[in-house]
Amino acid sequence: MKTHWKMTLTALAVAMAAAAPAAAQDKADVAAAEKEGKVVWYASVDVKVAEAIAEDFRKAHPKIDVEVERSGSERVYQRVNQEHQSGIKHADVVNTSDSTHFITWKKKGMLAKYVPAGVDKIDKDYRDPEGYYATWRATLCVMGYNTNIVPPNQVPKGYKDLLDPKWKGKLTKAHPSYSGTSLTGTYAITKVLGWDYLEKLSKQNVQQLQSTTATPKSIASGERAVMVDGNEYNMFIEINKKSPVKVIYPVEGTPFVSSPVAVFSDAPHPHAARLFADFLFSQKVQQYLVDKGGLRSVVPGVKDPEGRTPLSQIKVIPDDPEGMLPHVEEIKKKYAALFGGGK
Amino acid sequence: MALALAILVLLPLGWLAATSLTTDNAPRELTFRHYHQLFVDRSFLEPFWVTLWTSVAVGLLCVAFAAPMAWLVSRTDLPAKRLLRMMILASFATPPFLGAFAWVLLGGPNAGLVNHWYYWITGFKPFEAESLVNIFSAWGIVFVTALYTFPYVFTFVATSLDHIPSDLEEASAILGAPAWRTAIDVTLPLALPALLAGFLVAFLQSMTLFGPAAILALPASIDTMTTRIWSLFQFPPKLGLAAAASLPLLLITVVLLRAQARIMGRRGFSVLGGKSTGQRLLRLGVWKPVALLPFAFVLSCSVLLPYGVLAWTAFVKNYSAPAAGNFTFDNWKFVFLEFSQTRLALTNTFLLGVSAATAGTLLATTIGYLSLRKLVWGHRWLSFLATAPVAIPGIVLAVGLFLAYTHAPLVLYGTLTIIFLAYLTKEMPVGYQQVASSLKSVHPELEDASRIFGATRLRALVDVTAPLIRNGVIATWMFIFIGSIRELSATILLFTARTKTVSVTMFDLRESNDWGPIAVLSLTMLAITFAMILAINFFNDRRVT
Repeated sequence: MKTHWKMTLTALAVAMAAAAPAAAQDKADVAAAEKEGKVVWYASVDVKVAEAIAEDFRKAHPKIDVEVERSGSERVYQRVNQEHQSGIKHADVVNTSDSTHFITWKKKGMLAKYVPAGVDKIDKDYRDPEGYYATWRATLCVMGYNTNIVPPNQVPKGYKDLLDPKWKGKLTKAHPSYSGTSLTGTYAITKVLGWDYLEKLSKQNVQQLQSTTATPKSIASGERAVMVDGNEYNMFIEINKKSPVKVIYPVEGTPFVSSPVAVFSDAPHPHAARLFADFLFSQKVQQYLVDKGGLRSVVPGVKDPEGRTPLSQIKVIPDDPEGMLPHVEEIKKKYAALFGGGK
Repeated sequence: MALALAILVLLPLGWLAATSLTTDNAPRELTFRHYHQLFVDRSFLEPFWVTLWTSVAVGLLCVAFAAPMAWLVSRTDLPAKRLLRMMILASFATPPFLGAFAWVLLGGPNAGLVNHWYYWITGFKPFEAESLVNIFSAWGIVFVTALYTFPYVFTFVATSLDHIPSDLEEASAILGAPAWRTAIDVTLPLALPALLAGFLVAFLQSMTLFGPAAILALPASIDTMTTRIWSLFQFPPKLGLAAAASLPLLLITVVLLRAQARIMGRRGFSVLGGKSTGQRLLRLGVWKPVALLPFAFVLSCSVLLPYGVLAWTAFVKNYSAPAAGNFTFDNWKFVFLEFSQTRLALTNTFLLGVSAATAGTLLATTIGYLSLRKLVWGHRWLSFLATAPVAIPGIVLAVGLFLAYTHAPLVLYGTLTIIFLAYLTKEMPVGYQQVASSLKSVHPELEDASRIFGATRLRALVDVTAPLIRNGVIATWMFIFIGSIRELSATILLFTARTKTVSVTMFDLRESNDWGPIAVLSLTMLAITFAMILAINFFNDRRVT
C-alpha cells in the first residue's frame, strides 16, 4: 500500500514536471541548462564582484555564458518592472538590496518557487518560508571616513555628530531612490532619529551620489571626508586596496541590509537560471563574497576573515522589509524634497 | 517616401501631445491636470528656472569667448591657425557627457586634479580653504556645456566673417580708425546676425543636453528639465507629466530656430560687395602671445586637460593618488576581458551606428535628390519634413517614441529598432543638409547633357551625378555614424538591458563611481570618432566639385 502511494506521488510529480517543466522543477538540470547556453543576471552587487562571480561560473560551466546587468537596486527594480510591463522577457536571476522588491514580485507572481541547493540550511529569518527567495548576501550600511583628512580625535561616532557645522561640505551620501542599501539605511535612520534629523542633515551641503558603492569611492579619492551611508563591503575592498579609509559603526546602530536572490517565473533560460542560483549559494561563492567581496554571508559554514569586526560585536539595526514596504514611496519623495534628485 | 517620413516625425509628436492631455489611467479623459501641475509644482518650476538661466549663461559665455576667437582667426595673422581650428574641431567632436566625466575628475572640489594643483601651489588645504573650482554646481554645468558648445558659435561667426569682404573694414582703417574701433563699429554689426544665431544654438544645446546636467547637477541636488523628465520615467513612469514637461522644450526650440532662420536669412544684405579681393589680415605684432591666451585657456579646458585626465585615469588605480605605485592595466583588462556588458554595448552601438548611418544616408540622398531636382509633387514638404527634426530635442523625441511604440499595433520598446528610429530621426536634418549641399554643387546641366545624348534619367543619375556626389555621401554616412555612437539624451529613456549602448553603459558605471572603466570606454569612443573624422577629411580633400 505504502509503495503504491509513493508511486502515485512520483507519477504525479513527473506529470506535473512535464506539464510545467520550469515551475515544478526543484533541481537544476545541467544538460538542459547547457542547451540554453546563457543566463542573464540582474544584480546590484558591485560590478567587479559580479563579473568575477560570472567568470567563475563560466569556468565551471564553459557552455553557459553569463550576462551581468548591474545597476542600483531601485534601478534594477524599475528596469525589471518596466520590461515586465512591456512583455520583454530578458532577466533570469535577480539580486537587489531592497527586500521589499521580492515581497512585491512574489505577490505579483513574477518569481519562481525554487530553493537553491544549501538554502534550506540558512536561518529561516533569511529566507522566504514558501521558497521564492533567500538572502544571498548581506552588508551593513556603515559610515566611514578618510584617514588623511579626518584626524583620529575628530572622527564622528555616529549620525548625530554629523550635524556639527564643521562637517558642512564634507559629507557624502547615497540616494534611496537609486540604492536599496541606502533606502534600508535611510529608513532605519528615520526610525531611530526621525525625519527631523535628515532635515538638519540636508542643510550640511551633502554631496548627493547615487549608489552606496559610490560613496566609499568618493571618500577614498578624498572628494569628501565622511560618508553618511555606504556599503561595508566596498569599504573593505577599499581598505584591501590600501585606500586611506576606515569604517565607522554608528553608536545609534548600523543598519543591516539583506540582499536576496530569486529566479523569475518567466525566465527565458529557466534551467540555467536554477543552475546559476545553486552556484550563487555554493560555499565557494559565499566564501568569495566574504573574502574578496567584503560581504557578510548567512550561509552556515562560511567564515569571516581575520581582522573583521564580527557581527556579534556590532550594534545592528535589523532590516524590516514588511514594515518598510508601505513607506517606500514616501521615503523616496520626502528624501528628494530635502536632498533633491530622482523625485 | 513622404508618408514614411511623415510617420517617422509626426507619430511621436502626436502621441506626445495626446498623452500630455489625457489622464494616465483608464478611463482616459481629457485633462489639463499635467499642465496645471507644471505651473504650480515647485519641483518643476525650479528645474525650469535653472534650465533657463544656465542656458542663457552658456549662450553668453560661448559668444564672449567664441566671437573674439573667430575674429582673431579670420581677421588677424594669428599663428598656428590650422592647429587651432583642428583643436576646435576636436572640442566639437567630443561628446559633452564625456567632457563632463573628465571634469568630475578635474574639478571635483576636493579630489579634482585642478584643485589638487591649486592647493599644492597655494599651500591651502582641501576642506579648509574654498576650492578653486566646484564642478558639482549649476555653474559647473554652464562651464562644461559651454566648452563643448562654443564651436557652434565659433563656426557660425568665423564662416560669416570669411564671407564678409573686408572692404568696409579697410575703408574704416583708411579714414583713420584704430583697429579696435573698426572691429567694434564695423565688423561687429556685420557679424551680429551670426553672433545672435550662435547664441541661440548654444542656448538650445544647453537646454536639451542630458549628460552634463545628470553627471554634474544631480550630485549637487540640482535638477534641470532634462534630468527631471528622465526621473519621471522611473517606474512606474508618469507619462502624462513627462509629455507635458517635454512640450515647453519643443515649443521653445521651434520658436528660437525660426528666429535663428530669420536672422541668418537676412545676412544677405551684408555680402553686397560681391566677390571680395581677399581678406586683409591685421598684424598682431607683439600682441600675438596675448591673442593666443583665450585659445590656450579654452582649448586646455575642452581638450587637453580632459583627454589628459582620461588617459591618466585609464591607467591608474586611484586617479587622485600620486603616480608612484599607482599604474595598472586592470581597467583595460576589466573592460575588455571581464566586463560582460562591453561586448554587448559595443556590438549594439556599432550596429546602431552602421544601420542609422546607412538608412539615414539613403533616405537623405533620395529625398535630397527628389526635392532639389523638384521631381515629385510636394517636394518642398519633403525637405521641410527632413529638416524638421532639428527642432525636436533628443529627450523630447525619446519621450514621443516611447509613447508611440509601447502600444499595439507596433511594440518596439526593448528592441534596437526604437533606438534606431530615434537616431534616424535625430540625424536626418544633418544628413539632408550634407547631401543637399553636395547635390547643389552639381548643376543639373550635367545631367541634362547626358540626357540629350540619349541616356535615361536613371542612367544619367548613375553615370553622372552619383560619381560627383559620392564623396559627399560618404561624408554624410560618417557624420551620422559619429552622431549616433555618442547619443545619450534619447537613448537614456529608450534602452533596456538587452539594448544598451556604450554611452548608457558609461552612465551606469558613473552611478557607482567606477572611473577607471569609464576612462577606458571614453578613450575607445574618442579613438573611433577621430578615426572617422580623419576618414571624412580624407574624402573631403578628394571631393570633386
